[in-house]
Amino acid sequence: MAHSHHGANRIEIKTTVNDMRSLVQLNKIKELGFADKVKNVKLIEVYTVEKTLNQHELTQIAEMLANPISQSYKIGEPETEEKFDWAVEIGFLPGVTDNVAHTAKESIEDLFKKKLDENHEGVYTSTLLLIEGDLTEEEVKEIAKSKHNKLIERASIKTHAKYSEEHGMDVIVPRVHLQKEPEIDQIDMNIDEDKLAELGKKGIKNADGTYRGPLALEMDYLNTIRDYYNSENRRPNDIELESIAQTWSEHCKHTIFAAEIDDDLPEGLYKGYIKKATYEIRAKKGANDFCVSVFKDNAGGIIFDENWVVCDKAETHNTPSALEPFGGAITGIVGVNRDIAGFGKGAKPIMNKYGYCFAYPEDKDPIYRDKELTNEALKPRTISDGVIAGVNAGGNCSGIPTPQGWQYFDDRYKGKPLVFVGTVGMIPKEINGEPSWEKEAKPGDKIIMVGGRVGQDGIHGATFSSEALDEGSPATAVQIGDPITQKKFIDAIVKEIRDMDLYTSITDNGAGGLSCSVSEMARECGGCTVELDQVPLKYPNLDPWKIWISESQERMTLAVPPENVDKLISLLEKRGAETTVIGTFNNSGRCIVNHKGKEIMNVNLDFLHDGLPKKHLETVYEKPQNEEPEFSMPTDLNETMLGMLKRHNICGYSYISNQYDHTVQGHTIIYPLQGPGKANNYASAIKPLFDSKKGVIMSQGLNPRYSDLDTYHMSACAIDTAIRNAVSLGADIDYMALMDNFCWCSSTEQQRLGELKDSAKACYDYAVEYETPYISGKDSMFNDFQGYDKDGNQIKISIPPTLLISSLSVVDDISKVVTMDAKTPGDLIYILGTTKDELGGSEYFDYTQKGWLGNAIPQVNAVKSKAMYKAFKKAVDQDLLASSISVTLGGLGIALAKKAISGQLGINVNLAKIPTNKELRPDHLLFSETQSRILVTIKPENKTQFEEHFQDHTFAEIGSIVREPDLIIKNNEETILNTPLQALTESYHSTFKNY
Amino acid sequence: MATPKVLVLAGYGINSEEELFNSFITQGATGEIVHINDLIDGTKKLEDFQIIAFPGGFSYGDDTGAGNAISNKIRNNLQDEITAFAQEDKLIIGVCNGFQIIANLGLVPATKNQYGERESALMWNKTARFECRWVHTKTTSQKCIWTQGIDKLELPVAHGEGNFYTTPEILKEIKENDQIALKYTTPEGDLANGEYPHNPNGALEDIAGICDPSGRILGLMPHPERFNSPLNHPEWTRRKITEEDTGNKMFRNAVEYFTK
Repeated sequence: MAHSHHGANRIEIKTTVNDMRSLVQLNKIKELGFADKVKNVKLIEVYTVEKTLNQHELTQIAEMLANPISQSYKIGEPETEEKFDWAVEIGFLPGVTDNVAHTAKESIEDLFKKKLDENHEGVYTSTLLLIEGDLTEEEVKEIAKSKHNKLIERASIKTHAKYSEEHGMDVIVPRVHLQKEPEIDQIDMNIDEDKLAELGKKGIKNADGTYRGPLALEMDYLNTIRDYYNSENRRPNDIELESIAQTWSEHCKHTIFAAEIDDDLPEGLYKGYIKKATYEIRAKKGANDFCVSVFKDNAGGIIFDENWVVCDKAETHNTPSALEPFGGAITGIVGVNRDIAGFGKGAKPIMNKYGYCFAYPEDKDPIYRDKELTNEALKPRTISDGVIAGVNAGGNCSGIPTPQGWQYFDDRYKGKPLVFVGTVGMIPKEINGEPSWEKEAKPGDKIIMVGGRVGQDGIHGATFSSEALDEGSPATAVQIGDPITQKKFIDAIVKEIRDMDLYTSITDNGAGGLSCSVSEMARECGGCTVELDQVPLKYPNLDPWKIWISESQERMTLAVPPENVDKLISLLEKRGAETTVIGTFNNSGRCIVNHKGKEIMNVNLDFLHDGLPKKHLETVYEKPQNEEPEFSMPTDLNETMLGMLKRHNICGYSYISNQYDHTVQGHTIIYPLQGPGKANNYASAIKPLFDSKKGVIMSQGLNPRYSDLDTYHMSACAIDTAIRNAVSLGADIDYMALMDNFCWCSSTEQQRLGELKDSAKACYDYAVEYETPYISGKDSMFNDFQGYDKDGNQIKISIPPTLLISSLSVVDDISKVVTMDAKTPGDLIYILGTTKDELGGSEYFDYTQKGWLGNAIPQVNAVKSKAMYKAFKKAVDQDLLASSISVTLGGLGIALAKKAISGQLGINVNLAKIPTNKELRPDHLLFSETQSRILVTIKPENKTQFEEHFQDHTFAEIGSIVREPDLIIKNNEETILNTPLQALTESYHSTFKNY
Repeated sequence: MATPKVLVLAGYGINSEEELFNSFITQGATGEIVHINDLIDGTKKLEDFQIIAFPGGFSYGDDTGAGNAISNKIRNNLQDEITAFAQEDKLIIGVCNGFQIIANLGLVPATKNQYGERESALMWNKTARFECRWVHTKTTSQKCIWTQGIDKLELPVAHGEGNFYTTPEILKEIKENDQIALKYTTPEGDLANGEYPHNPNGALEDIAGICDPSGRILGLMPHPERFNSPLNHPEWTRRKITEEDTGNKMFRNAVEYFTK
């Protein structure tokens, strides 16, 4: 008899036909290196129902969970029909969100019209793999290891003999047991400096000697908190210290961007560069200012038309994705959806975006968090697979199209990947006569929490992402997403409740959980009192400080006038969303938290938000002088071209595009893959209203490798790329907003801060010149990994400073857009812009020899290119263009190839006709990454009008589109490249073909 | 006859209700989007409508099988009402997740007019991955009300579980009853013969959609409501796409079933 658990029943379901998931498991095990040994794998879904049930009831449940056409089930009996040698079962650890089990529980309750008693009943899922193959126990352990993440899952293994002898797998009930009655600890801060520093670094010490996890408080912060509590004549409670640490974290307060910098920037990077740029641009635009809400809310908003506002937000979820890629990415995307739902009175998410910076998936060298080499970091391929799948699950399940995204590879993303996630939303301009973006909690309003319950998951997310990843990184920082729980209340709020005027304010519960969302909202009215024991929990006996700072996902906080509370709760509960009053907003000037009748937190609200000492940071920036690559021109440029097309940062990634739903909502106009050859796009367009031709164009730009040369120009290039990518599709630079996402590393080092300062300065200079205001932004300052290589040598891996710029623009007639694909044989090819010898940090140098950087970084002349972008928009409106592609990584050569690939037509061009500032070698001319260039084709009959239109700008006719399927590049009379279209297409799609 | 009233179901992760509703309204129907809980508690009644539309989406996140949990909820609470509706001279459509729901509810194929018995399954795609891409289809049923006058149609699919499967016996009956509404083809119009990506999920006999024996109830994996404008087509910047190429005709057919 298998070890059984009192009152728990196992229902096992297996698929009897077309069992693709078993086949996928088999293939993945084969890929691990067991291709010769493993013959078959059978996947069995397991439901463990912790409830006393008779055979009839269990049969009813099993018939409800299994499909009679394609599946069979067993209740409490081992599998006997399948041939196998090993059984491996993967299940969740106690307290980890188990969405399938949650749904099964709801179905069972609905079937019997009776709720499960949460104190001793529950449903849990696991996956059983029956493996047939000649494997040793060690090998099976390795397979089991690859199938689960030990931070959230468990694996159990039995041989066939043991499985038979014990009548199957054990019945495991992963119920959370927190026996101890929660206590409040008071913390003595009048201790010597070393101990105080330890408190900041490791966190509060438990009675058993363990630490609760980093507070990430530096000495000056700790001193300030100690002085505050001394002036209040008491010691802080643990919850108060945790709460202040969350609120003052780099993640929440952006202390580096707020700090005084050197002698010349007392207002700091944010106010002195980013915000200042927006302020000046808005003033200059005057009546043409289209911004309505910038920086102050969860997202930034601009006017769409007389009735609508469109808003945008981009976030990163790097640290969680390094530890649990699927969970980190899914909570990232559904988290940024919540930022949109929390914009103003609540906007509807209409589009998702993604961007991934990964290490190369082929890199299999292990790295470790600990000196003993037992705590291995996840491999790049594991991280990228998990991240891609996480955004798939989050975006697709939420019914939000994801037409735009990119991936970028560099070895230095190995310790921490960067996972950018963004969402665009729409909200009416006015709701019941009031601007939709205004909101203010009023004294007397009830504090209402809606959505998922609170558990131990996601403790210390905010303070944690403010520290580098090392051995002590806590597993509880991991979260699992539950997009359906979120969709239930977002739909209810945005589609039904928002326009009823039932609440005065709304915000997302993100980093820092309730401690941040409630205390942030309390600023709108001047105070709050929270009854923490009212907060619905996933399991009993959770410590109060954990309830307060937990980042359990899928929750929002609302401020609701008392007379509306019953109605709001009833409406939300009718939509399946749990809704609870957890306190009252007031104007006491204090943030007060009670638990079971006892006051456990009482902090001055101004101190909580503004009490942190301002930092002063000194920077230096010594710009590197790199060795200038010297090599002769390749003898076979065909091979070079095909090699360049295969590069990770250039090639196609249709496997991502096709697994993200980009058609849902029915508004997408430009898809991620363009033309019959399916080349990845640089910009996307949607028509968000069924009955209007107005459209929104979005694009992104980044150039991390340029940071190795100069972060000022790196940033200028990112800005120009984001703008140019949108302009190439038909966007209007005069109606375009930007967002900045800084991901930096080692941000305590003066050199890194110097790089940051130059980058932010470029953000100011170029935004002001282009008149493209920032509407929202975010920063993540410590993307470093500290650990050991496989030989036990200490290593630190820091990402290259990475700035992502996103653009958002509105056009009157979206049907004017021009796509990249070559359209018709006979069309003439033009290049707009000058090509310079700017190969510093280029894909081509790195292709020629890995690590080659050079020095000639592309530089942007914004005055010139802005004029060209304006003229370009007019040409789009006059229908002068047949196709258009932004020249980006890989330069003109890659732009030509992608034009041919996407349109599946041939191209003949003559390099000698390309405008340059000096004579360039043909390979340099092809692959230089000079900015502000657009490659277009036009119908021959538009030649005169086109040339007149651009007469004040640099341009040249360089060739034509041809029916013959070859890319032929000449240098005057000499043919230097002649590559068949098929070879180009195959190379472009080859790198990720089997992903 | 009067303009039909359509009920478009919403709630629990269904996500295409707004665009599906829009397609009915632009083609002349009236109606409303109704949350499933408003049907269960009696706030809204199925009998007040002439068309039920089950939209695409991820009801219950596909947990326990795509469309399974919400069809259990319907079985547990609305079984009699839905069966009565199916038996009347009214129309039902299930798109994508909606198809998965009405297949689990046994509203299609219902070969013996026994609405309620599960006879088919929409299984994991052969790629075992969510597939979002445009496909070519052709209509094959003479009796399906929804596809009348449509020959070929390009539409987007977006699903992880669209691999249509049924037993050989049921398949035989579906064929004899002319219940195969839509099949995947190559761009040239030949049957896809299971070839990926023309048949995007491995569906048996390239089946993209089936109807009940009366032709009034249609379930299909592709999304006609997402091709509501010529500008939705992936190649509209390359060639002329007209209103007649869109998926709107399917909804016009439904409206005209009641008005003509």
